[in-house]
This record gives sequence, structure tokens and C-alpha cells, in this order.
Amino acid sequence: MNNRPITEDDLHAYVDDVLEPERRAEVGSYLADHPDVAKRVAGFTDQRELLRSALAPIADEPLPPELNLSRIVEGQRRRSPPAWWTIAAMLLLSVGGLGGWVMRGSLEAAPSGLAALAQEATYSYNVYAPDRIRPVEVRASDTTQLVEWISSRLNRPVKVPDLASSGYRLMGGRLVATQHGPAAMFMYDDDHGSRVVVLTRPMSSADQNAPITTHSNAGATGIAWADDGIGYSLVGPAPPNSLKAIANEVRRQAL
Amino acid sequence: MKDMLVQVEPLIPALRRYARALLRNRANADDLVQDCLERAVSRWHQRRDGSVRAWLFTILHNLATDQFRQTSSRGRHVPIEEAGEGDFRGAAAQEHRLMYQDVLDKLAKLPGEQRAVLLLVAVEDLSYAEAAKVLNVPIGTVMSRLSRARERMQQELDGLAGAPGNVVTMRRLT
Repeated sequence: MNNRPITEDDLHAYVDDVLEPERRAEVGSYLADHPDVAKRVAGFTDQRELLRSALAPIADEPLPPELNLSRIVEGQRRRSPPAWWTIAAMLLLSVGGLGGWVMRGSLEAAPSGLAALAQEATYSYNVYAPDRIRPVEVRASDTTQLVEWISSRLNRPVKVPDLASSGYRLMGGRLVATQHGPAAMFMYDDDHGSRVVVLTRPMSSADQNAPITTHSNAGATGIAWADDGIGYSLVGPAPPNSLKAIANEVRRQAL
Repeated sequence: MKDMLVQVEPLIPALRRYARALLRNRANADDLVQDCLERAVSRWHQRRDGSVRAWLFTILHNLATDQFRQTSSRGRHVPIEEAGEGDFRGAAAQEHRLMYQDVLDKLAKLPGEQRAVLLLVAVEDLSYAEAAKVLNVPIGTVMSRLSRARERMQQELDGLAGAPGNVVTMRRLT
């Protein structure tokens, strides 16, 4: 009937149903003559079905908002300034003279929205996290007092995130000054002396809602986002992935 | 961009499934998929022609490999969750859930490279050539890993189905 021997690859292609019809028929008749091989192939076929049904429920779960593609696209668009702006800025600079000089201020303008918050959090982390004497102004033992003070200054009830499940203990917090008004800073440490900082404040008009965004510089990684007008930024020395898990936890508690 | 949404969005559930099967932890797997999507969005224009599915799985697989490398060098404990909790109600469903849980536990015993091939081919419907591209190995390697993965998985599955004595013999043999 045919001269091509049936190979191990043919058997797998048979199980995965990717053979051409003629070849499939050839393998089929080979299996009919070899019950032991047929039994093995049937086992593989059952196994394939079993794996598919065992994993199917995962694909049916509703997608969490972090995996919303439009949101990710929107987040990236916001982070990168449109190309025309860069070109316009370069043109203005190349014109030089007074025009360029006058534009200088606006080109160096401080970041706004989420980028500003991320920067403020990094500054606070850099200044307070290495402090061995007074890293926080109000200690965790006075949490009630801390919450009252921060809430009254931010004009809204502020909850202190609990990061115990991520292995971080609250050390305490303080109020920090930003260009956009007061912000609350909470500091946490783990058993190995590693510290992370959460900065939160009401957002000015830009970025009332912004998806989780990672930024890093000089050894520290920051993750910032905003929900319903409140911005959060988490900064720490941990690698982005484990920091992201903590950020998701903070976010879950705030929502 | 519209084109990207249309082509990538329908594949997100499959990416989650693959990541979850590899990492066995919902939060870590979803973080990985999020990283993968961030990259896919920013590199969409650098993508060469070919299957978007294979391209996305390549990004995801590389991220997972990086993470495994980091995790094993730091020895970080990653909690293992039960599969698909909340999706099963009632006694019959519970039984199903336990059976599926058992299948996933057995899958987890396979060496990483065998598990990846088996998932990509048998569950995610990638062609052998696509799987070779994702894993960055020749197609012959995909076939031999697939064969070993199926044999090993079958031994695991039969091990439970057979008598307890059998299990011991099996283990000793492998």
C-alpha cells in the first residue's frame, strides 16, 4: 500500500490531528494492525483531552482590569509624548535665539499627572528610606493618630495599606510636601531590613484614573497608578515583578 | 492600533492559561501576562510577519523563563494555588475539580521544557513549527521533547490509576 514507514512523529501528529488525510489514513490502518501501539496512541489522545479540559476553566475566567488591552494601550500613550511635540520642540530649539530661550522654561517643565507622583515618591524614598534615625514621623504604634492627621490634611479618609501578606510591616508614616499639595507617605520594612514606601495624594486634573505603570531609576523601582482621583506610587528596591504584586495588593485594598 | 486590538485581545485568555499552567499562581501569572501585553503593545510595529499567536507566546515564554531564572537564583517561595477555584460548584463539580487538580499536579512534575512543549502543542494548538519558534529550538527537538513529555505524563497518570504497588515500581524505574 505504501512504503513510507510510520514514525514516532507520525504518531504524535496523529494525536494532534495535524496529518494530511492520506497520511492519517495510513497511520490509522497501521494502528489497526498494531494494537499495542494503538493503545499507546489512545492513551496520548485521552491525555490531550484531559489536559485541555483541566485547563479550560482558566481561559473562561473574566479578565482582571490590569489585562484590559485598551487600558494598557492608553497607559502607554499617556507615558510617551506624541512625536509631533518632540519635533516641534526640536524645531523651536534649532531656530535658537530668543524663541528658543523663551521656550526653555516650558520644555524643562516639571512632569505632571502620574509621572509627577512617581517622581515625588522616588524622592521621598531616596530621602526617608535610608534614614536610620527618624525615617517616619509617626510610628506604626500610633496608627490611629497617623490616620487622623493624614486624613485631615488630605481632606479625605485615608486607609493605611496592610502589606503583611507580602511580608512587609508598617513602620509608620509622615506628611510630605509636593508641588501638588500634601501627600501621605507610609513606610514598610521586611525581616531583612528592606524598605518600601507608598506615597498617596489626590491627583490634580491630569490622570484621575491611570493604569499601573512601572518606572525605575538608580536601583529603586517605582509603580504608580491612580483610581478615582487618588494617586498611589510604591517605591522599593525589590525587582519589578514582586513589587507589582505588592502594588496590586495596595490597589485591591483601596478599591 | 485597531488592528492590534483585534488580533491580540482574543488571545489573552490563552496567554493567561499558559502562564497559569507554568507558574501555578494566579497573581504571578497575570502579572506575567500583563508584562507580555505591555511589550506586545510597545513592540507591535517591530513584529515580523507570521502568526501573532506564536509571537505573543514567544514574548510570554521568554518572560516566564527569565522569571524562573530569577526565582531559582533567589530561592523565593512561590505559593501554589489550586486551579480554577470558584469555577466548580456542587459535588460532581467538586469531583471534577479534584481530578483536574490532580492532572495539573502531575503536569507540574514534568521537567520545565517538556511541560512547555506539551502545553503549547496539546493545549494551545500551536503547530510544531510555531512551538519550535517560541522555544527557540529546532523542530526535531520539539518532537523529541513532545514524545518524552507524553510518555512521562502517561506514566504519571497511569501511576495513580494503577495499584499502589505499581506506583512504587514506576517511580523506581524513572
